[in-house]
Amino acid sequence: MSREHEKGMSLIVKTITRLTVGLIFLYGVYIVLHGHVSPGGGFAGGVIIALSFIHLMLAYGKEAAFKKLSKAKASFFESAGAILFLTIAILGFRAGYFFLNFLSKGEPFRLFSAGTIPCGNVAISLKVGAGLFAIFTALVLLKINSEKK
Amino acid sequence: MVELYILLVFMILGAVVAIEVKDLLSSVVAVGAVGLGLSIVFLVLKAPDVAITQLVVEILCLIILIRATLKKDLPFSTSGRWLFNTLVICVFITIFLFAAIKCLKDLPEFGHPIMRVASTYLEEGLKKTGATNLVSSVILDYRAYDTLGEATILFTAVIGVLAIVRRIGRKKVTDEDTEVKENE
Repeated sequence: MSREHEKGMSLIVKTITRLTVGLIFLYGVYIVLHGHVSPGGGFAGGVIIALSFIHLMLAYGKEAAFKKLSKAKASFFESAGAILFLTIAILGFRAGYFFLNFLSKGEPFRLFSAGTIPCGNVAISLKVGAGLFAIFTALVLLKINSEKK
Repeated sequence: MVELYILLVFMILGAVVAIEVKDLLSSVVAVGAVGLGLSIVFLVLKAPDVAITQLVVEILCLIILIRATLKKDLPFSTSGRWLFNTLVICVFITIFLFAAIKCLKDLPEFGHPIMRVASTYLEEGLKKTGATNLVSSVILDYRAYDTLGEATILFTAVIGVLAIVRRIGRKKVTDEDTEVKENE
């Protein structure tokens, strides 16, 4: 079990993971960026991004996943998402009141529209993706260590 | 409406199976079936945002649960005071159903909400926020305070998990622990 964590799974799983994991990541980014146009949004897209890294970790072992997104980077992105969301709120406060939609609205159904809503989506997706990945790695590494004893 | 009832019966059956099955892995699979049914219910009720979120979070929870329960024989306590337990459960379910009949009578009928505030959002949401997905315009513009609170809760939860699980604060450093540290 713990050896499986170090080395990853079989060749079939590794090949299919290599082909699909980038598409999963891109789908998460798409859902985040189009959160104000179509169903989805920051939370769902962030969880899909976290799932792509978890997919990588389950198939290739923890070293390959940590090479892409280390623990320090994950906590950095999570804190950056939180601070970005608060910054959007405070910038709105400077222009009028808390969470004021101070950017221009644009025309509907375009990617660059709806003012601060896409920025909030990106901030929340950073937070959720990095945070859930950090929780998963913490729980899995704890389990590996307890199995080794 | 018929497909809704079929899905509800399916979910209730899945939940009963998840409780009654002796094998932990089968129980986790049954929980996953319940979550998938709930996601399809959200789709039938025309809430694609919630359906996507439910499906994705369900997958994440299943992965964590399977990682936590696989190859681990947790004992089940099936013996004991089952008569007393069953009686207590029946009494509490009766009280709950009675209170529900009394309290939920005044709620609006299923499928006919009051829409006092929501109708304003539906009419003016596109004009005021510019977002065509009205759910996102509500959670990130009208009700952004709630989202800030939710983000704070998640942040605190992550910090809490990382603080409990980290290796530095743990006591009882034995020889095995130092070996594990050197290996990593």
